[in-house]
Amino acid sequence: MLLFNFSALVLPIVYTGKHKIYKQAIGCYFFNMNFKNRDIISINDFSKQELLFILKISRLMENKPNPNLLKDKILATLFFEPSTRTRLSFMSAMEQLGGKVMGFANTSITSIKKGETLWDTIKMVEAYSDIIVIRHPLEGSARLAAEASSKPVINAGDGANQHPTQTMLDLYTIQKVKGKLDNLHVGMLGDLKYGRTVHSLTVALSHFNPTFYFIAPQALQMPQTYLDELKEKKIKFFTESNLLKVSKKLDILYVTRIQKERFPDPVEYEKYKGIYKLDKSLLENIKKDLKIMHPLPRVDEIDKSLDETEHAVYFKQAANGIYVRKALLALLLGKIK
Amino acid sequence: MKKELSVSAIKDGTVIDHIPSSATLKVVDILDLKGIRSIISVATNLSSKTMGKKGIIKIGGKDLTKEEVDKIALIAPNATVNIIKDYDVKQKIKVALPSTINKIIKCSNPNCITNNEEVTTKFYVLNKNPLKIRCNYCERNMEKDDISLL
Repeated sequence: MLLFNFSALVLPIVYTGKHKIYKQAIGCYFFNMNFKNRDIISINDFSKQELLFILKISRLMENKPNPNLLKDKILATLFFEPSTRTRLSFMSAMEQLGGKVMGFANTSITSIKKGETLWDTIKMVEAYSDIIVIRHPLEGSARLAAEASSKPVINAGDGANQHPTQTMLDLYTIQKVKGKLDNLHVGMLGDLKYGRTVHSLTVALSHFNPTFYFIAPQALQMPQTYLDELKEKKIKFFTESNLLKVSKKLDILYVTRIQKERFPDPVEYEKYKGIYKLDKSLLENIKKDLKIMHPLPRVDEIDKSLDETEHAVYFKQAANGIYVRKALLALLLGKIK
Repeated sequence: MKKELSVSAIKDGTVIDHIPSSATLKVVDILDLKGIRSIISVATNLSSKTMGKKGIIKIGGKDLTKEEVDKIALIAPNATVNIIKDYDVKQKIKVALPSTINKIIKCSNPNCITNNEEVTTKFYVLNKNPLKIRCNYCERNMEKDDISLL
């Protein structure tokens, strides 16, 4: 717990529609890191100190099981879009802490099919549960859900916008495998245009003085708005389409799938699918301690032959999701302060 | 010599001055003028020392709402709003963009929840000149050319 951390008196910009969150964000700075009843909607809502605090609690969760911490608490998982890792790891995290889980992963069996609005769905679900996790194809849906709900809401992906818990587990993984977050050379490869994971991770890592290498064909490069923000923050970055030109400089290579579902035009997708295929030949052109990450699922961008190498950390990364989500559930339900 | 007014004075109401000529009719568009029975005068391409050409709108018997003033600030950031009582300027307000803009802007992102469900839009003003705003919901940044009003 941070008490009167005067080094952090400069308030963060909190882009949130919720007055209660803003007040709590301010509260964190002046008194302690009280996450009780907060929402996790966007990585933009979190300061460096808050992110580090969440990572610290995640480590506690990894080291200590706490099987009864959330006894009698109910998590609602509302998945309007497909998910494997995120949904299962939230369910597993809740159950490992002694809580119960309800929800849906298929909207065809719900009243949404009858035209029920998101607002009304949330109003109903908040009465049945203590905390809500939502994934929805429309951008901004999680923020709206948080406004509708008096219970904490966690965004598990809103369209191409945000997936903050993925970013937190990415940070946790980087900190674990590299022993630090500061001053790393981070490559991001693949679909940087539509990929929400790379957008959020870029924002989050910007707190830690990174050097970025954005590796993608021009049409799938990092959107200008993110590059402009990096310029404003005086963070070094390079854009490149050829991985081998920068691979020797990297401490972390974050690979993403070319996401068919985000392309407005299927012809465009066909042009770029399979453009990057990492295999063992890459190993001749990297630092010895490079770590390769991927939010998964992968299609063909990382060959299986790399899985057994010490560079591959993507399955560990997926496993780390449990600890981070346990930490968030416990913090938001006020069981850890 | 007394200067001749291009547009006749009003007894009570609102005068919007210093509108860029090109934006005068857009300002008329965004004002709710239905049901006003007093005189409404619209003049554009008037000579102005500071602006070259400008527009003026005079509306008898109307006070502007906050939403209307915010909309004017988006279209004509240097406009002034004069509140007239008994032929006198009782208050002169220079329009200014607030730090958040509610209700009046449509998000340019078709995949934003605000374009798919009944939600009051909300934007944070990141930069006033050049204008850059961010949607509270989908977090998409928009510039002046992307903005359309509701």
